[in-house]
Amino acid sequence: MNKGLTLQKVCIMRDGSPLIEVDHHIAPGDVLTIMGPSGVGKSTLLAYITGTLAPVFEATGGIALDGADISQLPPHKRQVGILFQDDLLFPHMSVGANLAFGMKAGGSRAERRAAIESALADVDLEGYADRDPETLSGGQKARVALVRMLLSKPRALLLDEAFSRLDAELRTQVRDVVFRNARERQLPVLMVTHDVDDAKAADGTVIELESLSKT
Amino acid sequence: MIGLCVTALVNNVPTVLRFLPALTLFAMLGPVLAGLWGTVLPAFGHIPAAGLTGPSFDPFHALFSWGGLGKAVRLSITTGVVATALSLMIVALITAGWSGTRPFRFMERALSPLLSVPHAAAAFGLAFLIAPSGWIARALSPAITGWDRPPDLLIVQDPLGLAMIAGLVLKEVPFLLLMTIAAMGQAQPRRSLLVAQALGYGRITGWLKTVFPRVYRQIRLPVYVVIAYSMSVVDVAVILGPSTPPTLSVQIVKWMGDPDLSMRSTGAAAALLQLGLVVLVLVFWWFGERLVAALGNRWIQSGHRGSHDRISRGIALGLGALAAVPVLFGLASLAVWSVAGFWSFPDVLPDSFSMRTWTRHGPDAFATMGETFLVAGIAVVFALGLVLGCLEAEYRSGRQMGRFGVWLLYLPLLVPQTAFLPGLQSLLLNVGADVGLVPVVFAHLVFVLPYVFLSLGDPWRSWDVRNATVAQALGASPVRVFWTIRLPMLLRPVLTAMAVGVAVSVGQYLATLLIGGGRVSTLTTEAVALASGGDRRAIGVYGLLQTLAALLPFTFALVLPTIIWRNRRGLHE
Repeated sequence: MNKGLTLQKVCIMRDGSPLIEVDHHIAPGDVLTIMGPSGVGKSTLLAYITGTLAPVFEATGGIALDGADISQLPPHKRQVGILFQDDLLFPHMSVGANLAFGMKAGGSRAERRAAIESALADVDLEGYADRDPETLSGGQKARVALVRMLLSKPRALLLDEAFSRLDAELRTQVRDVVFRNARERQLPVLMVTHDVDDAKAADGTVIELESLSKT
Repeated sequence: MIGLCVTALVNNVPTVLRFLPALTLFAMLGPVLAGLWGTVLPAFGHIPAAGLTGPSFDPFHALFSWGGLGKAVRLSITTGVVATALSLMIVALITAGWSGTRPFRFMERALSPLLSVPHAAAAFGLAFLIAPSGWIARALSPAITGWDRPPDLLIVQDPLGLAMIAGLVLKEVPFLLLMTIAAMGQAQPRRSLLVAQALGYGRITGWLKTVFPRVYRQIRLPVYVVIAYSMSVVDVAVILGPSTPPTLSVQIVKWMGDPDLSMRSTGAAAALLQLGLVVLVLVFWWFGERLVAALGNRWIQSGHRGSHDRISRGIALGLGALAAVPVLFGLASLAVWSVAGFWSFPDVLPDSFSMRTWTRHGPDAFATMGETFLVAGIAVVFALGLVLGCLEAEYRSGRQMGRFGVWLLYLPLLVPQTAFLPGLQSLLLNVGADVGLVPVVFAHLVFVLPYVFLSLGDPWRSWDVRNATVAQALGASPVRVFWTIRLPMLLRPVLTAMAVGVAVSVGQYLATLLIGGGRVSTLTTEAVALASGGDRRAIGVYGLLQTLAALLPFTFALVLPTIIWRNRRGLHE
């Protein structure tokens, strides 16, 4: 059995012409960085992996998670976590409710609450459970988004320009927290970015994309 | 795995959702098509109930031998076309002169609630202002006019339909203005205007030359709706329009209410004529668009930078005020009449105030208000269910509604009501389904559905779908995403769409009158019924409650999200 995230000859096409091609295996705890200018279909690749590819695209190739193909599963059964450049915390829920939303159902109220509190404490946000997400700073929101995703127990992690909205100092900080957590949990990580520093910090394989659609 | 094309969205659209768009179309267009069929049959002399079998042209012979036909037809065309052209001009001028400025935002805020004021209430308000014994005459008498009794002038219900045109313009300006504002979101007017101004164009000329063509393309269908509506409106025509002869649509309703069945076939023939007139005018308008476009192109290429910008902007502001102020004063005068005791001319205020009118008419009026809300509530719940289902199906299948779909959405608003509602009524009578409330609700649904769809469509579609991606990545099923993420986040537009739906239902006159067959009465049918009696105090009570019924839901739509999400700053701008 092949642990990790495998992209097996994945090809995404638009109007019959290929947009992006990837054939790679990401081992647990490793980071694969995909770099390239905007518009080459980096986010499209992530949409294919999460199962939310728009119908204008056609995709071929397999996605395997720990050896099992997930490309036919509906998005909510894939157990693939994703972070975008915006935190996308649900604005109508408290911080704690955001975290609870992603947790598996079950357990008593007190147990769930305790899990949330300790997860928040892990990222220095102790006691923030009842806050309105909109009252948090950018760095705090990014950390809550990370914790929300980790609490849902994903088996792989996708980063879609996840740090590009943060300023330089915060960026390093948040990036370290994300990579450290991914390594601790032995998650395979696929990151798309246009920032060289992100790629260096990831300390893994880097694929540089050029636009396939232009000749 | 190579060569295997995986379908984009792996989660299939549930069967129920798949059928909802078709069901929505059926609810919207079914009654229209059935009604048109029910009009065609008697119009060609086919009324089995009266022992008449067609086809024959007798109804049309009867119609064309009616002496008032020429005048009635001319009235329908002139009131409809003039009201639409005036409204469009005012809206274009206001937007050209002031969009993006503080006075414009103020006007937008002042005019949006006016949109929900029912046509009948606005018409009564205007009548109370401009009538010979109205507020304007009172304010000017006797000092300026020298009148110490109301002059014998036919201001309201004048033979040319001027009062009716004014009443229509008051209501259509807010409608077209809000449609224009919505359309401008996509046109990026600010940049075009900046470029034009940098090239030395005046604000109004620059806007008209660079932004208006794009905006007009977006509001074309709403303009057509205004034409069709203004040409065939009944309640406003009864209140403000001439009576001998009335507009064609009012005459159709008279004929349809006649116990003599042969009169009904004449009415049906007239209904078809009304439909033909609307189609004809729309075709002419379409050619007019081409003509204006050609002239406009020449004007653009002439390079004239425009002069008198300041004066034009002043006029635009004045026209905007002229469209808003009469409705507000009209509503105020409804309120004053409802509590007026003895009120002699030319006093501006009554000699005494009393609650007598409210104690006499209040209980009935509030009971009618309950029935109004019952009809509106059921229609809006149905409409919202269908619209949300359609939007969710659209999202999950990833297939957007095309231009054809938008046309279908507008279709029930483009067919004149007088062309299909009488036919629907006789069809229902024939099958014995005229049982009051239920048919009325479905008749209202025809008009409520498109407006709820148009109101909710844009905010629903512009929701950031990455929220759904994140939620699904967290393990939430599409159903859970819909109920716990998308719907709560879009609470405000959903409530606004419901308020729009209620306002549309409250304002329905003909659908309630004809399909209800006298067994369902709403505030609108009661108020219009009072028009001929001329009891201003009673009209004040009903007109005021009618306005209240349309405005209350908007208040809820504003206040409820503020209360529910009071600790959620991300949901307020």
